[in-house]
Amino acid sequence: MTNPERGRSLLRFASPQHFYPLAGRLAPWFAAIAVVLTVIGLWLGFFVAPTDATQGQVYRVIFIHVPAAWMSMFIYLVMAFWSAVGLVMNTRLSFVMSQALAPTGAMFCFVALWTGALWGKPTWGAYWVWDARLTSQLLLLFLYFGFIALTRAIEDPRRADRAGAIIALVGAVNVPIIYFSVQWWNTLHQGASVSLDKAPSMATTMLAGMLVMAFASWAYTLAVVFWRVRPMILERERHTEWVGAELERQARISQAAGGRA
Amino acid sequence: MLSTFFAVLRRDLLLAWRGRADVLVTLAFFIIVVCLFPFGVGAEPNQLRAIAPGVLWVAALLACLLSLHRLFAQDYADGTLEQLLLSREPAALWVMAKVLAFWISTGLPVVAIAPAMALLLDLEQGGLPVLVLSLALGTPILALLGAVGAALTLGLRGGGMLLALLVLPLFVPVLIFGAGAVEAELSGSGAVAHLLLLSGGLAGALALAPVACAAALRISTD
Repeated sequence: MTNPERGRSLLRFASPQHFYPLAGRLAPWFAAIAVVLTVIGLWLGFFVAPTDATQGQVYRVIFIHVPAAWMSMFIYLVMAFWSAVGLVMNTRLSFVMSQALAPTGAMFCFVALWTGALWGKPTWGAYWVWDARLTSQLLLLFLYFGFIALTRAIEDPRRADRAGAIIALVGAVNVPIIYFSVQWWNTLHQGASVSLDKAPSMATTMLAGMLVMAFASWAYTLAVVFWRVRPMILERERHTEWVGAELERQARISQAAGGRA
Repeated sequence: MLSTFFAVLRRDLLLAWRGRADVLVTLAFFIIVVCLFPFGVGAEPNQLRAIAPGVLWVAALLACLLSLHRLFAQDYADGTLEQLLLSREPAALWVMAKVLAFWISTGLPVVAIAPAMALLLDLEQGGLPVLVLSLALGTPILALLGAVGAALTLGLRGGGMLLALLVLPLFVPVLIFGAGAVEAELSGSGAVAHLLLLSGGLAGALALAPVACAAALRISTD
Protein backbone atom coordinates (compact mmCIF):
# COMPACT_ATOMS: atom_id res chain seq x y z
CA MET A 1 0.00 0.00 0.00
CA THR A 2 2.96 2.33 0.49
CA ASN A 3 4.26 1.67 -2.99
CA PRO A 4 4.49 5.14 -4.60
CA GLU A 5 4.00 3.63 -8.07
CA ARG A 6 0.53 2.53 -7.06
CA GLY A 7 -0.89 5.99 -6.79
CA ARG A 8 0.24 6.96 -10.25
CA SER A 9 -0.66 3.77 -12.11
CA LEU A 10 -3.81 3.66 -14.18
CA LEU A 11 -5.05 0.91 -11.93
CA ARG A 12 -5.96 3.44 -9.27
CA PHE A 13 -9.07 4.16 -11.33
CA ALA A 14 -10.26 0.70 -10.36
CA SER A 15 -11.19 2.26 -7.05
CA PRO A 16 -14.65 3.83 -7.06
CA GLN A 17 -13.34 6.89 -5.23
CA HIS A 18 -10.93 7.75 -8.05
CA PHE A 19 -13.17 6.63 -10.87
CA TYR A 20 -16.09 8.80 -9.76
CA PRO A 21 -14.52 12.17 -10.65
CA LEU A 22 -12.84 10.73 -13.75
CA ALA A 23 -16.20 9.49 -15.06
CA GLY A 24 -17.71 12.89 -14.36
CA ARG A 25 -14.96 14.62 -16.32
CA LEU A 26 -14.99 12.21 -19.29
CA ALA A 27 -18.75 11.87 -19.77
CA PRO A 28 -19.39 15.34 -21.30
CA TRP A 29 -16.48 14.89 -23.70
CA PHE A 30 -17.76 11.58 -24.99
CA ALA A 31 -21.27 13.02 -25.21
CA ALA A 32 -19.95 15.88 -27.34
CA ILE A 33 -18.01 13.46 -29.56
CA ALA A 34 -21.14 11.34 -29.94
CA VAL A 35 -23.24 14.31 -31.02
CA VAL A 36 -20.65 15.52 -33.55
CA LEU A 37 -20.08 12.07 -35.01
CA THR A 38 -23.82 11.38 -35.21
CA VAL A 39 -24.38 14.59 -37.15
CA ILE A 40 -21.51 13.79 -39.52
CA GLY A 41 -22.57 10.16 -39.87
CA LEU A 42 -26.21 10.97 -40.57
CA TRP A 43 -25.22 13.66 -43.03
CA LEU A 44 -22.96 11.18 -44.85
CA GLY A 45 -25.66 8.55 -44.72
CA PHE A 46 -28.67 10.56 -45.77
CA PHE A 47 -27.21 13.15 -48.13
CA VAL A 48 -23.82 12.03 -49.44
CA ALA A 49 -24.10 8.27 -49.84
CA PRO A 50 -25.54 7.23 -53.21
CA THR A 51 -28.90 5.53 -53.56
CA ASP A 52 -28.62 1.78 -53.60
CA ALA A 53 -29.15 0.24 -57.01
CA THR A 54 -31.42 -2.58 -55.86
CA GLN A 55 -32.96 -1.36 -52.62
CA GLY A 56 -33.45 2.33 -53.33
CA GLN A 57 -33.63 4.67 -50.38
CA VAL A 58 -34.71 2.03 -47.87
CA TYR A 59 -31.20 0.78 -47.41
CA ARG A 60 -30.28 3.98 -45.55
CA VAL A 61 -31.60 2.46 -42.35
CA ILE A 62 -28.33 0.53 -42.14
CA PHE A 63 -26.59 3.65 -40.89
CA ILE A 64 -28.49 3.18 -37.65
CA HIS A 65 -29.21 -0.51 -37.85
CA VAL A 66 -25.73 -1.96 -38.35
CA PRO A 67 -23.92 0.12 -35.69
CA ALA A 68 -26.72 -0.70 -33.22
CA ALA A 69 -26.42 -4.42 -33.95
CA TRP A 70 -22.62 -4.30 -33.61
CA MET A 71 -22.85 -2.40 -30.37
CA SER A 72 -25.46 -4.71 -28.87
CA MET A 73 -23.19 -7.73 -29.37
CA PHE A 74 -20.02 -5.93 -28.35
CA ILE A 75 -21.57 -4.57 -25.16
CA TYR A 76 -22.56 -8.07 -24.09
CA LEU A 77 -18.95 -9.17 -24.49
CA VAL A 78 -17.71 -6.18 -22.47
CA MET A 79 -20.33 -6.95 -19.82
CA ALA A 80 -19.14 -10.54 -19.59
CA PHE A 81 -15.54 -9.33 -19.46
CA TRP A 82 -16.20 -7.00 -16.52
CA SER A 83 -18.20 -9.75 -14.83
CA ALA A 84 -15.26 -12.13 -15.12
CA VAL A 85 -12.85 -9.46 -13.86
CA GLY A 86 -15.17 -8.78 -10.94
CA LEU A 87 -15.48 -12.44 -10.00
CA VAL A 88 -11.75 -13.11 -10.29
CA MET A 89 -10.26 -9.90 -8.88
CA ASN A 90 -13.12 -9.06 -6.54
CA THR A 91 -13.22 -5.44 -7.70
CA ARG A 92 -16.42 -3.61 -6.86
CA LEU A 93 -16.25 -1.24 -9.79
CA SER A 94 -16.29 -4.06 -12.37
CA PHE A 95 -19.75 -5.18 -11.30
CA VAL A 96 -21.00 -1.59 -11.39
CA MET A 97 -19.64 -1.25 -14.92
CA SER A 98 -21.32 -4.41 -16.17
CA GLN A 99 -24.65 -3.35 -14.65
CA ALA A 100 -24.36 0.14 -16.08
CA LEU A 101 -23.69 -1.31 -19.55
CA ALA A 102 -26.69 -3.66 -19.62
CA PRO A 103 -29.51 -1.14 -20.27
CA THR A 104 -27.55 0.48 -23.11
CA GLY A 105 -26.87 -2.92 -24.64
CA ALA A 106 -30.53 -3.85 -24.42
CA MET A 107 -31.46 -0.49 -25.98
CA PHE A 108 -29.11 -1.04 -28.95
CA CYS A 109 -30.45 -4.57 -29.32
CA PHE A 110 -33.99 -3.24 -29.46
CA VAL A 111 -33.04 -0.49 -31.91
CA ALA A 112 -31.37 -3.06 -34.17
CA LEU A 113 -34.50 -5.26 -34.12
CA TRP A 114 -36.86 -2.32 -34.63
CA THR A 115 -34.97 -0.75 -37.53
CA GLY A 116 -34.51 -4.22 -38.98
CA ALA A 117 -38.27 -4.74 -38.93
CA LEU A 118 -38.84 -1.38 -40.62
CA TRP A 119 -36.32 -2.31 -43.28
CA GLY A 120 -37.72 -5.81 -43.68
CA LYS A 121 -41.27 -4.72 -44.53
CA PRO A 122 -40.45 -2.99 -47.84
CA THR A 123 -37.53 -5.31 -48.67
CA TRP A 124 -38.79 -8.77 -47.73
CA GLY A 125 -42.49 -7.93 -47.47
CA ALA A 126 -42.65 -8.90 -43.80
CA TYR A 127 -41.74 -7.14 -40.58
CA TRP A 128 -40.27 -10.31 -39.18
CA VAL A 129 -38.79 -13.43 -40.70
CA TRP A 130 -37.23 -16.21 -38.64
CA ASP A 131 -33.84 -15.58 -40.12
CA ALA A 132 -30.87 -16.82 -38.12
CA ARG A 133 -29.52 -13.35 -37.44
CA LEU A 134 -32.85 -11.87 -36.41
CA THR A 135 -33.59 -14.76 -34.13
CA SER A 136 -30.24 -14.73 -32.37
CA GLN A 137 -30.52 -10.97 -31.93
CA LEU A 138 -33.92 -11.50 -30.32
CA LEU A 139 -32.45 -14.10 -27.97
CA LEU A 140 -29.64 -11.69 -27.12
CA LEU A 141 -32.31 -9.18 -26.08
CA PHE A 142 -33.80 -11.84 -23.79
CA LEU A 143 -30.37 -12.47 -22.29
CA TYR A 144 -30.07 -8.74 -21.55
CA PHE A 145 -33.54 -8.76 -19.97
CA GLY A 146 -32.61 -11.74 -17.83
CA PHE A 147 -29.43 -10.06 -16.59
CA ILE A 148 -31.20 -6.78 -15.81
CA ALA A 149 -34.13 -8.51 -14.11
CA LEU A 150 -31.88 -10.68 -11.97
CA THR A 151 -29.64 -7.85 -10.79
CA ARG A 152 -32.67 -5.69 -10.02
CA ALA A 153 -34.54 -8.46 -8.19
CA ILE A 154 -31.82 -9.11 -5.64
CA GLU A 155 -31.72 -6.51 -2.89
CA ASP A 156 -28.35 -7.32 -1.39
CA PRO A 157 -25.92 -5.59 -3.81
CA ARG A 158 -23.12 -8.05 -3.09
CA ARG A 159 -25.27 -11.00 -4.08
CA ALA A 160 -26.78 -9.10 -7.01
CA ASP A 161 -23.30 -8.34 -8.37
CA ARG A 162 -22.09 -11.90 -8.24
CA ALA A 163 -25.32 -13.51 -9.41
CA GLY A 164 -25.45 -11.11 -12.35
CA ALA A 165 -21.83 -11.85 -13.18
CA ILE A 166 -22.50 -15.61 -13.26
CA ILE A 167 -25.52 -15.28 -15.54
CA ALA A 168 -23.58 -12.89 -17.82
CA LEU A 169 -20.79 -15.45 -18.14
CA VAL A 170 -23.20 -18.35 -18.68
CA GLY A 171 -24.87 -16.25 -21.36
CA ALA A 172 -21.55 -15.42 -23.00
CA VAL A 173 -20.67 -19.12 -23.22
CA ASN A 174 -24.08 -19.77 -24.75
CA VAL A 175 -24.18 -16.93 -27.26
CA PRO A 176 -22.09 -18.72 -29.91
CA ILE A 177 -24.00 -21.98 -29.29
CA ILE A 178 -27.29 -20.15 -29.71
CA TYR A 179 -26.07 -18.41 -32.84
CA PHE A 180 -24.91 -21.58 -34.57
CA SER A 181 -27.90 -23.63 -33.47
CA VAL A 182 -30.28 -21.01 -34.79
CA GLN A 183 -28.37 -20.88 -38.07
CA TRP A 184 -28.55 -24.68 -38.35
CA TRP A 185 -32.26 -24.68 -37.51
CA ASN A 186 -33.06 -22.01 -40.03
CA THR A 187 -31.13 -23.55 -42.90
CA LEU A 188 -32.73 -26.92 -42.26
CA HIS A 189 -36.22 -25.48 -42.18
CA GLN A 190 -36.48 -23.21 -45.16
CA GLY A 191 -33.20 -23.16 -46.97
CA ALA A 192 -31.37 -19.92 -47.60
CA SER A 193 -34.45 -17.80 -48.17
CA VAL A 194 -33.26 -14.43 -47.02
CA SER A 195 -29.81 -13.55 -45.96
CA LEU A 196 -28.40 -10.27 -44.85
CA ASP A 197 -24.92 -10.76 -46.23
CA LYS A 198 -25.56 -9.70 -49.77
CA ALA A 199 -23.60 -6.48 -49.86
CA PRO A 200 -20.62 -7.54 -51.93
CA SER A 201 -19.26 -4.13 -52.80
CA MET A 202 -20.22 -1.12 -50.82
CA ALA A 203 -19.65 2.44 -51.91
CA THR A 204 -16.90 4.12 -49.90
CA THR A 205 -19.22 6.82 -48.63
CA MET A 206 -21.68 4.19 -47.40
CA LEU A 207 -18.93 2.42 -45.50
CA ALA A 208 -17.63 5.72 -44.14
CA GLY A 209 -21.07 6.75 -42.94
CA MET A 210 -21.54 3.42 -41.24
CA LEU A 211 -18.15 3.54 -39.54
CA VAL A 212 -18.69 7.10 -38.33
CA MET A 213 -22.04 6.05 -36.90
CA ALA A 214 -20.37 3.07 -35.25
CA PHE A 215 -17.86 5.38 -33.56
CA ALA A 216 -20.72 7.67 -32.55
CA SER A 217 -22.45 4.76 -30.82
CA TRP A 218 -19.19 3.91 -29.05
CA ALA A 219 -18.88 7.46 -27.77
CA TYR A 220 -22.56 7.51 -26.80
CA THR A 221 -22.19 4.26 -24.90
CA LEU A 222 -19.15 5.54 -22.99
CA ALA A 223 -20.89 8.81 -22.11
CA VAL A 224 -24.08 7.15 -20.93
CA VAL A 225 -22.25 4.48 -18.97
CA PHE A 226 -20.06 7.05 -17.20
CA TRP A 227 -23.14 9.03 -16.29
CA ARG A 228 -24.95 5.94 -15.09
CA VAL A 229 -21.98 4.72 -13.08
CA ARG A 230 -21.72 7.87 -10.96
CA PRO A 231 -24.97 7.65 -8.96
CA MET A 232 -24.47 3.88 -8.69
CA ILE A 233 -21.07 4.44 -7.08
CA LEU A 234 -22.48 7.04 -4.69
CA GLU A 235 -25.30 4.73 -3.68
CA ARG A 236 -23.01 1.81 -2.99
CA GLU A 237 -20.31 3.80 -1.22
CA ARG A 238 -22.69 5.97 0.75
CA HIS A 239 -21.26 4.78 4.06
CA THR A 240 -17.73 5.94 3.23
CA GLU A 241 -16.17 9.25 4.17
CA TRP A 242 -15.34 10.42 0.68
CA VAL A 243 -18.95 10.12 -0.46
CA GLY A 244 -20.03 12.21 2.52
CA ALA A 245 -17.47 14.88 1.61
CA GLU A 246 -18.44 14.72 -2.07
CA LEU A 247 -22.15 15.09 -1.32
CA GLU A 248 -21.45 18.06 0.95
CA ARG A 249 -19.37 19.67 -1.79
CA GLN A 250 -22.17 19.17 -4.32
CA ALA A 251 -24.71 20.55 -1.87
CA ARG A 252 -22.55 23.66 -1.37
CA ILE A 253 -22.24 24.16 -5.11
CA SER A 254 -25.97 23.87 -5.71
CA GLN A 255 -26.66 26.12 -2.73
CA ALA A 256 -24.34 28.78 -4.13
CA ALA A 257 -26.01 28.47 -7.51
CA GLY A 258 -29.43 28.71 -5.86
CA GLY A 259 -28.32 31.80 -3.89
CA ARG A 260 -27.21 33.56 -7.04
CA ALA A 261 -30.37 32.75 -8.99
CA MET B 1 -15.77 -38.81 -2.85
CA LEU B 2 -18.11 -41.14 -4.70
CA SER B 3 -19.75 -42.06 -1.42
CA THR B 4 -20.88 -38.43 -1.05
CA PHE B 5 -22.27 -38.51 -4.55
CA PHE B 6 -24.27 -41.65 -3.89
CA ALA B 7 -25.37 -40.52 -0.44
CA VAL B 8 -26.82 -37.27 -1.80
CA LEU B 9 -28.31 -39.09 -4.78
CA ARG B 10 -29.96 -41.68 -2.54
CA ARG B 11 -31.27 -39.04 -0.15
CA ASP B 12 -32.79 -36.90 -2.91
CA LEU B 13 -34.35 -39.89 -4.64
CA LEU B 14 -35.80 -41.03 -1.34
CA LEU B 15 -37.23 -37.56 -0.72
CA ALA B 16 -38.68 -37.53 -4.22
CA TRP B 17 -40.21 -40.96 -3.64
CA ARG B 18 -41.76 -39.87 -0.35
CA GLY B 19 -43.21 -36.81 -2.07
CA ARG B 20 -44.51 -38.69 -5.10
CA ALA B 21 -47.36 -36.23 -5.62
CA ASP B 22 -44.94 -33.56 -6.89
CA VAL B 23 -43.57 -35.92 -9.50
CA LEU B 24 -47.05 -36.86 -10.62
CA VAL B 25 -48.00 -33.19 -10.90
CA THR B 26 -45.08 -32.60 -13.26
CA LEU B 27 -46.16 -35.55 -15.35
CA ALA B 28 -49.78 -34.41 -15.40
CA PHE B 29 -48.64 -30.97 -16.46
CA PHE B 30 -46.71 -32.45 -19.38
CA ILE B 31 -49.74 -34.47 -20.48
CA ILE B 32 -52.13 -31.53 -20.22
CA VAL B 33 -49.88 -29.15 -22.15
CA VAL B 34 -49.63 -31.68 -24.99
CA CYS B 35 -53.41 -32.10 -24.94
CA LEU B 36 -53.96 -28.36 -25.12
CA PHE B 37 -52.41 -28.02 -28.55
CA PRO B 38 -55.13 -29.82 -30.54
CA PHE B 39 -57.66 -27.45 -28.94
CA GLY B 40 -55.55 -24.49 -29.97
CA VAL B 41 -54.52 -25.39 -33.50
CA GLY B 42 -57.36 -27.72 -34.48
CA ALA B 43 -57.54 -31.50 -34.62
CA GLU B 44 -56.54 -31.86 -38.27
CA PRO B 45 -54.29 -35.00 -38.16
CA ASN B 46 -51.82 -33.81 -40.79
CA GLN B 47 -51.24 -30.57 -38.95
CA LEU B 48 -50.88 -32.35 -35.62
CA ARG B 49 -48.42 -34.78 -37.14
CA ALA B 50 -46.37 -31.91 -38.47
CA ILE B 51 -46.12 -30.06 -35.16
CA ALA B 52 -45.88 -33.15 -32.92
CA PRO B 53 -42.08 -33.15 -32.35
CA GLY B 54 -42.06 -29.46 -31.48
CA VAL B 55 -45.11 -29.72 -29.23
CA LEU B 56 -43.70 -32.67 -27.28
CA TRP B 57 -40.37 -30.95 -26.85
CA VAL B 58 -41.86 -27.62 -25.76
CA ALA B 59 -44.11 -29.45 -23.28
CA ALA B 60 -41.14 -31.39 -21.85
CA LEU B 61 -39.18 -28.14 -21.59
CA LEU B 62 -41.99 -26.37 -19.74
CA ALA B 63 -42.50 -29.32 -17.40
CA CYS B 64 -38.81 -29.21 -16.54
CA LEU B 65 -38.91 -25.43 -16.08
CA LEU B 66 -41.88 -25.52 -13.74
CA SER B 67 -40.34 -28.13 -11.47
CA LEU B 68 -36.89 -26.50 -11.40
CA HIS B 69 -37.65 -24.23 -8.45
CA ARG B 70 -38.04 -27.34 -6.29
CA LEU B 71 -34.46 -28.38 -6.95
CA PHE B 72 -32.87 -26.41 -4.10
CA ALA B 73 -35.82 -24.65 -2.44
CA GLN B 74 -36.46 -27.18 0.31
CA ASP B 75 -32.80 -27.66 1.19
CA TYR B 76 -32.39 -23.90 1.24
CA ALA B 77 -35.36 -23.47 3.57
CA ASP B 78 -34.31 -26.08 6.14
CA GLY B 79 -30.58 -25.30 6.10
CA THR B 80 -29.40 -28.53 4.47
CA LEU B 81 -27.87 -26.53 1.65
CA GLU B 82 -25.64 -24.56 3.99
CA GLN B 83 -24.49 -27.74 5.69
CA LEU B 84 -23.64 -29.23 2.31
CA LEU B 85 -21.74 -26.10 1.33
CA LEU B 86 -19.81 -26.20 4.59
CA SER B 87 -18.77 -29.82 4.08
CA ARG B 88 -15.31 -30.57 2.75
CA GLU B 89 -16.61 -32.44 -0.29
CA PRO B 90 -16.35 -30.61 -3.65
CA ALA B 91 -19.63 -28.78 -4.20
CA ALA B 92 -19.79 -29.61 -7.91
CA LEU B 93 -19.98 -33.28 -6.99
CA TRP B 94 -23.06 -33.22 -4.82
CA VAL B 95 -24.64 -30.61 -7.09
CA MET B 96 -24.29 -33.17 -9.86
CA ALA B 97 -25.90 -35.80 -7.62
CA LYS B 98 -28.81 -33.48 -6.84
CA VAL B 99 -29.34 -32.65 -10.52
CA LEU B 100 -29.20 -36.33 -11.41
CA ALA B 101 -31.79 -37.15 -8.76
CA PHE B 102 -33.92 -34.28 -10.02
CA TRP B 103 -33.70 -35.58 -13.57
CA ILE B 104 -34.54 -39.15 -12.53
CA SER B 105 -37.59 -37.95 -10.63
CA THR B 106 -38.92 -35.40 -13.15
CA GLY B 107 -37.18 -35.86 -16.51
CA LEU B 108 -37.19 -39.62 -16.76
CA PRO B 109 -40.99 -40.01 -16.28
CA VAL B 110 -41.54 -37.44 -19.04
CA VAL B 111 -39.15 -39.32 -21.33
CA ALA B 112 -40.97 -42.56 -20.53
CA ILE B 113 -44.45 -41.24 -21.24
CA ALA B 114 -43.52 -39.17 -24.30
CA PRO B 115 -44.09 -42.01 -26.82
CA ALA B 116 -47.64 -42.45 -25.55
CA MET B 117 -48.27 -38.73 -25.93
CA ALA B 118 -46.71 -38.88 -29.40
CA LEU B 119 -49.40 -41.38 -30.39
CA LEU B 120 -52.06 -38.86 -29.32
CA LEU B 121 -50.62 -36.47 -31.89
CA ASP B 122 -50.32 -39.26 -34.46
CA LEU B 123 -46.55 -38.99 -34.78
CA GLU B 124 -45.25 -41.67 -37.15
CA GLN B 125 -44.05 -44.71 -35.25
CA GLY B 126 -40.66 -44.61 -36.94
CA GLY B 127 -39.91 -41.40 -35.11
CA LEU B 128 -40.61 -42.74 -31.63
CA PRO B 129 -37.16 -44.20 -30.84
CA VAL B 130 -35.47 -40.97 -31.91
CA LEU B 131 -37.97 -38.95 -29.87
CA VAL B 132 -37.17 -40.96 -26.74
CA LEU B 133 -33.45 -40.79 -27.39
CA SER B 134 -33.46 -37.06 -28.05
CA LEU B 135 -35.47 -36.41 -24.88
CA ALA B 136 -33.19 -38.70 -22.88
CA LEU B 137 -30.16 -36.74 -24.08
CA GLY B 138 -31.78 -33.30 -24.01
CA THR B 139 -33.71 -33.16 -20.74
CA PRO B 140 -30.55 -33.68 -18.63
CA ILE B 141 -29.07 -30.60 -20.36
CA LEU B 142 -32.20 -28.68 -19.43
CA ALA B 143 -31.88 -29.85 -15.83
CA LEU B 144 -28.19 -28.88 -15.67
CA LEU B 145 -28.67 -25.42 -17.22
CA GLY B 146 -31.81 -24.88 -15.18
CA ALA B 147 -29.96 -25.77 -11.99
CA VAL B 148 -27.71 -22.73 -12.47
CA GLY B 149 -30.78 -20.53 -12.85
CA ALA B 150 -32.48 -22.14 -9.87
CA ALA B 151 -29.39 -21.56 -7.73
CA LEU B 152 -29.19 -17.90 -8.75
CA THR B 153 -32.86 -17.17 -8.05
CA LEU B 154 -32.92 -19.04 -4.74
CA GLY B 155 -35.19 -17.36 -2.20
CA LEU B 156 -36.08 -14.36 -4.38
CA ARG B 157 -39.61 -13.09 -4.61
CA GLY B 158 -41.04 -13.70 -8.04
CA GLY B 159 -38.26 -16.24 -8.47
CA GLY B 160 -40.32 -18.47 -10.75
CA MET B 161 -40.85 -15.94 -13.52
CA LEU B 162 -37.30 -14.71 -13.16
CA LEU B 163 -36.01 -18.26 -13.49
CA ALA B 164 -38.00 -18.66 -16.71
CA LEU B 165 -36.60 -15.42 -18.10
CA LEU B 166 -33.05 -16.48 -17.25
CA VAL B 167 -33.03 -20.02 -18.59
CA LEU B 168 -35.47 -20.06 -21.51
CA PRO B 169 -33.06 -18.34 -23.94
CA LEU B 170 -30.43 -20.88 -22.91
CA PHE B 171 -32.83 -23.74 -23.63
CA VAL B 172 -33.30 -22.73 -27.26
CA PRO B 173 -30.38 -24.73 -28.74
CA VAL B 174 -31.55 -27.88 -26.91
CA LEU B 175 -35.05 -27.38 -28.27
CA ILE B 176 -33.73 -26.87 -31.79
CA PHE B 177 -31.63 -30.01 -31.82
CA GLY B 178 -34.13 -32.11 -29.87
CA ALA B 179 -37.18 -31.38 -31.99
CA GLY B 180 -34.96 -31.22 -35.07
CA ALA B 181 -33.72 -34.77 -34.47
CA VAL B 182 -37.25 -36.19 -34.72
CA GLU B 183 -38.10 -34.13 -37.76
CA ALA B 184 -34.86 -35.09 -39.49
CA GLU B 185 -35.55 -38.77 -38.84
CA LEU B 186 -39.08 -38.48 -40.25
CA SER B 187 -37.94 -36.54 -43.30
CA GLY B 188 -35.42 -39.25 -44.06
CA SER B 189 -32.23 -37.25 -43.63
CA GLY B 190 -31.25 -39.11 -40.48
CA ALA B 191 -31.03 -37.86 -36.92
CA VAL B 192 -27.42 -38.82 -36.21
CA ALA B 193 -26.02 -35.30 -36.52
CA HIS B 194 -28.67 -33.86 -34.19
CA LEU B 195 -28.19 -36.60 -31.63
CA LEU B 196 -24.42 -36.20 -31.71
CA LEU B 197 -24.77 -32.46 -31.14
CA LEU B 198 -27.14 -33.13 -28.26
CA SER B 199 -24.63 -35.57 -26.77
CA GLY B 200 -21.89 -32.99 -27.16
CA GLY B 201 -24.09 -30.42 -25.45
CA LEU B 202 -24.73 -32.87 -22.63
CA ALA B 203 -21.01 -33.52 -22.19
CA GLY B 204 -20.30 -29.79 -22.12
CA ALA B 205 -23.13 -29.09 -19.69
CA LEU B 206 -21.99 -31.96 -17.43
CA ALA B 207 -18.52 -30.45 -17.28
CA LEU B 208 -19.42 -26.78 -16.81
CA ALA B 209 -22.88 -26.47 -15.27
CA PRO B 210 -22.17 -28.13 -11.87
CA VAL B 211 -19.23 -25.77 -11.29
CA ALA B 212 -21.28 -22.70 -12.24
CA CYS B 213 -24.17 -24.00 -10.15
CA ALA B 214 -21.94 -24.53 -7.10
CA ALA B 215 -20.57 -20.99 -7.45
CA ALA B 216 -24.12 -19.66 -7.76
CA LEU B 217 -25.20 -21.56 -4.64
CA ARG B 218 -22.34 -20.05 -2.65
CA ILE B 219 -23.37 -16.58 -3.80
CA SER B 220 -27.02 -17.14 -2.98
CA THR B 221 -26.42 -18.48 0.52
CA ASP B 222 -23.75 -15.94 1.40
